[in-house]
Amino acid sequence: MNALNLLRIAWRALLRNKLRAFLTMLGIIIGVASVITMVAIGEGSKASIRSQLSGMGSNMINIRPSSNQAVGGGARIGASGLQTLKIEDVNAIRDHAHFVTAVSPAVQANGQVINGPLNWPTTIQGVHPEFLSIRDWQLQSGVVFTDNDVKISAKVCLIGQTVKSNIFSPGEDPVGKIIRFNKIPLKVIGVLSQKGENTFGQDQDDIILAPFTTVQKRILAITYVQTIYASAVDENSSDTATSEISTILRKDHKLKPTDDDDFTVRTQAELISTISSTSQLLTVLLAAIAGISLVVGGIGIMNIMYVSVKERTKEIGLRMSVGARGIDILLQFLVEAILISLTGGVIGVAFGITASSLVSYFLSWPTLVSQSSIVLSFMVCAITGVFFGYYPARNASRLDPIEALRYE
Amino acid sequence: MGNKILDIKNLKRVFKMGSEIVHALKGISFIVEEGEFVTIMGSSGSGKTTLLNIIGCLDKPTDGDYLLDGVNVKLLSRNELAGLRNNKIGFVFQSYNLLARTSALENVELPLMYNSKISSKVREEKAKQALHAVRLDDRIDHLPSQLSGGQQQRLAIARALVNEPVMILADEATGNLDTKTSYEIMSLLQELNQQQKKTIVFVTHEPDIASFSSRTITLKDGKVIKDTKNENVRSAKEELAALPVSDYNS
Repeated sequence: MNALNLLRIAWRALLRNKLRAFLTMLGIIIGVASVITMVAIGEGSKASIRSQLSGMGSNMINIRPSSNQAVGGGARIGASGLQTLKIEDVNAIRDHAHFVTAVSPAVQANGQVINGPLNWPTTIQGVHPEFLSIRDWQLQSGVVFTDNDVKISAKVCLIGQTVKSNIFSPGEDPVGKIIRFNKIPLKVIGVLSQKGENTFGQDQDDIILAPFTTVQKRILAITYVQTIYASAVDENSSDTATSEISTILRKDHKLKPTDDDDFTVRTQAELISTISSTSQLLTVLLAAIAGISLVVGGIGIMNIMYVSVKERTKEIGLRMSVGARGIDILLQFLVEAILISLTGGVIGVAFGITASSLVSYFLSWPTLVSQSSIVLSFMVCAITGVFFGYYPARNASRLDPIEALRYE
Repeated sequence: MGNKILDIKNLKRVFKMGSEIVHALKGISFIVEEGEFVTIMGSSGSGKTTLLNIIGCLDKPTDGDYLLDGVNVKLLSRNELAGLRNNKIGFVFQSYNLLARTSALENVELPLMYNSKISSKVREEKAKQALHAVRLDDRIDHLPSQLSGGQQQRLAIARALVNEPVMILADEATGNLDTKTSYEIMSLLQELNQQQKKTIVFVTHEPDIASFSSRTITLKDGKVIKDTKNENVRSAKEELAALPVSDYNS
């Protein structure tokens, strides 16, 4: 019996019991739809986390003093209190690292920013102009301070959106105005465009950027660098850039081969992969729960196939008496089971896609229907059909034609 | 005389029913040649059904040999038996055994479906020819439920004819039909036997039906007790014409 005839027979058998076939399919439909929706929710949140992190500059590398050193066996000091990074380190990285496109020192101070009657507690960060490209930050208006501003510790700054809205009245253009941070007057020369919250719920727009030396000398009065930000050539070379930076800094800090690093180099890529793996776990978990319902659907198919074989015992006997071999009967019932599961699969995929878009529409959760989840669901359906259909079909194929013919 | 279609030699069939051993067939021998119309008679328990199952290649003998058209059935596997049923035997059952909700044409096509050598086009042609042979040309698209008992049995005969078997094997094929319809079926079988030289083996317990065949083999207790050529074969067609008019309406 050829494939087309097998399909036709199976299709007709299903049509004969439309409601029953549909109810059996329902298990598969729900299973597939939930797998697709769950995976879509998981993938969607993963993608949105990824894009948020990339918004922070996906090639970004940051270097901090290492806090893992016990100082003389006494109390250990927090990282920001360590003074191992110097401006020379920044210059060394800029001069010798091939896989680094931009590098900037950073120091930060907290304080109150004041504009006339309005004030707001915020953070000021002293950086080089390259910092904006490292963090992938755009200007809404105005200009960025220059290398020369850094050299002369110019009293200029860029303000973030949150700062702007808190110390300037709506509609007022901050560019050109003088504000004071901890009593130091700074001229606003530009406004940063909005970046929103980062992955950890921190408001990234609540910030003032000023030339590195301005904050280091005028506000903090320190000589060291708190953090160094750098940018790798691309996301893939961030590992190479990391080891390059480590080599340069070890040499610069005159560390012996046996010494531990007195700094820590971390890449954004690392962070992304850590967070992605967390949400990957979530996706797998959701898919596994949904997968269970697919198995339950499969058991439904098995049940109905047993009933179907029992009901059609006489038909099986007749088919055998006119020359059907065991394999013909086996295939007939197997194709029927696969047809149920695959038809259920198609409907389930349609439902899953619809449900995913409803979830993102009504709950505004990000969802992403991946092709791989559709392909996977189909394969699982086919396997479910074969797996749960095989045993009843094999029973049918092993019937004794004499007894099957006499079955009432 | 023609070929030996059935060559049965000392056929025995033993069943084990729990601890009891039942000898259903106790050494049966006969030969059926091409073109014969044989009825096998016997009361229930005579081994009739067991013999029919063996002749129909649904069952194998415990001992003895059964050659169907020269093939020794005893040596065949389950699948080979299926192939033999497909190629050499046309079954007609008492309860028709048609597939419900399946058109007449497709019911007739069924045996050919299991013959991979036949294309769908040839299949349809052959099925139409078989339907023509039983005069159901105008019922091609009808479902079994839309046909009368006699028509359903004619459809079953068409299904038995479609694979051009060497033998038509009928099991109480008129058992569910009234006299008139029975005679119609017998008339059709006689026609197939006489005009197309089809070999027919017909199992029945009605002597009336047996009188339409050319030979009657009678079984009792698993043995052949009588094997007689029927010198005076009745014509079912004439008998049909002679039936009282009132019977036509029943």
